[in-house]
Amino acid sequence: MSFKFTEENLTLIDKARKKYPTALAAVMDTVYIAQEQNGYLSNEVMEEIANVLGIDKVNVLSVVTFYTMYHTKRMGKYHIQVCTNVSCMLRGAYEIWDKVKEKLGLENMEVSPDGKFSLEEVECMGACGYAPMIAVNEDYYENLTKEKVEEILESLK
Amino acid sequence: MVKISIMEKIVLPEILNLNQIEVYLANYGFESAKKAFSQTPDDIIDQVKKSGLRGRGGAAFSAGLKWSFMPKTTDKPKYLCINGDESEPGSFKDRQIFEDNPFQLIEGVIITSYAIGAKVAYLYIRGEYHKWIKLMQKAIDIAYERGYLGEKMKSTFGTEFYCDLYIHKGAGAYICGEESSLMNSIEGYRGYPRVKPPFPAQRGLWGCPTTINNVETITNVPQIISKGWEWFSKIGAPKHPGTLLYGISGHVNKPGVYEYPTGMLLTELIYNVAGGVPGNKKIKCVIPGGSSMPPLRGDRLEGVRMDAESLKEAGSAVGTAGIMVMDEDTNLLKVLIRIAHFYHHESCGQCTPCREGTGWMEKILHRILEGNGTSKDLDLLISVANNIEGNTICALGDAAAWPVKFMIERFRDEFETFVKKEVSLPVPNKVHSMRLTSLPLADLKK
Repeated sequence: MSFKFTEENLTLIDKARKKYPTALAAVMDTVYIAQEQNGYLSNEVMEEIANVLGIDKVNVLSVVTFYTMYHTKRMGKYHIQVCTNVSCMLRGAYEIWDKVKEKLGLENMEVSPDGKFSLEEVECMGACGYAPMIAVNEDYYENLTKEKVEEILESLK
Repeated sequence: MVKISIMEKIVLPEILNLNQIEVYLANYGFESAKKAFSQTPDDIIDQVKKSGLRGRGGAAFSAGLKWSFMPKTTDKPKYLCINGDESEPGSFKDRQIFEDNPFQLIEGVIITSYAIGAKVAYLYIRGEYHKWIKLMQKAIDIAYERGYLGEKMKSTFGTEFYCDLYIHKGAGAYICGEESSLMNSIEGYRGYPRVKPPFPAQRGLWGCPTTINNVETITNVPQIISKGWEWFSKIGAPKHPGTLLYGISGHVNKPGVYEYPTGMLLTELIYNVAGGVPGNKKIKCVIPGGSSMPPLRGDRLEGVRMDAESLKEAGSAVGTAGIMVMDEDTNLLKVLIRIAHFYHHESCGQCTPCREGTGWMEKILHRILEGNGTSKDLDLLISVANNIEGNTICALGDAAAWPVKFMIERFRDEFETFVKKEVSLPVPNKVHSMRLTSLPLADLKK
């Protein structure tokens, strides 16, 4: 197996492990740590998670395939998430969505050939009062207009 | 009518930098916890029960009553879960607490843990809230350092009792806001809801007694302890006292989170607090409590108040008080498709009525949007919704059914305009079409 956790991350996993009475409960935290280190969750990575926690591999797989924030393929360096749920939609989210698609030349869940961008249409992100919004990796950009979105994407290129 | 200007804020007081520990301490921070420790846990539960505090996460169940379900004598550890999954479309209030008043939430956790006898509390925050998870973790770290959490509490408060608080980060599943699903998620499983009974107070996290409360509910607790249950019970609507964090979004001039007493007039919130509808347009539809609550007609808003009882009477529910406003130019079919898509996407897949039904509803709505719908499709949608409602393990089934059912029932006139009166067969009649061709039948027989 080629994937190994870094020492730092092993410490983080240990810390997560201590929050719970069972090792299994630390699986979600550990999957996050693995995804951060490797970029995505391959079979090898999932096996290593199971090894480190001493749990069944199927437990890792079942969690990874259930939650939408875990990715089994490599996403772009900038993962662009556009909320199109009702509150955003009422304030023009689909115009933003079309603009982003056009600007990046990507469809939902596609990654650009250079690996720089990936695009995802997401469900409500809890920014309803500051709609429309997009998230770039972990950061929210709120109260958007088509022009502002263009500016944000341009600054990432 | 409630006087807006002199209103006292309970959950989000207007104090500058209250999210800084020094400022929080200067404003009687952790004094309520001290007061709580001078009383017995039963006294605390009794006060919260008398205060009338009801859950802010959707069901509006009495918080004190919920706490009293926890067994008094058990050899198992007890747990507290604080629900900050906040994934209901239209709901965006908890992040405001994480950002502006994290220490009052922590203090609420301490008091609640003491009341129910929990040694460990898990704060479940949705995974997308990276920024707010970091802010909250920072506040928790400071609380540990200062001795307001963990073993140091013994010397800080001079008690035998202490508790730990950990953040559990979600990973993008709406269903984890459902309490039993949230517990499965903490345990490291898929977020599948559990069959109730047994209720969490009997068998919750790892089979142990557990209480689950919403972030906003818990944040109310310190003020109830310090100012007294009588004070709290007199604010807002008598049967649903206190304040609510109203999250107003959609077609309003000033969307945002506003704290006001329960029982505010919906029209007052929309027109005065949120600045009215852009372009002075009429309101076509309002969803008063997040996307899963039945929508209200814009011409029936007069006199509707934002508390559990009034909204029930008006044919909806208070939910998370996430008010979504839609003006007269809104295409309700498109709104309904978006809502139906959401529940189809978020159904966990355990129960057949929900897993299949949500998909059917979305498909039928799309057929209507494409111009191939008939009036019967509207009845079919209501029938599918009725067959989901009440036939699933958790409330996501109801949440998916209500918007479809009530949107069509209450706006039937509009939905009729989207569907054709005549049924047109999508597949042409083969025999009939052959008669129209010039081919002699004899040729076909070859």
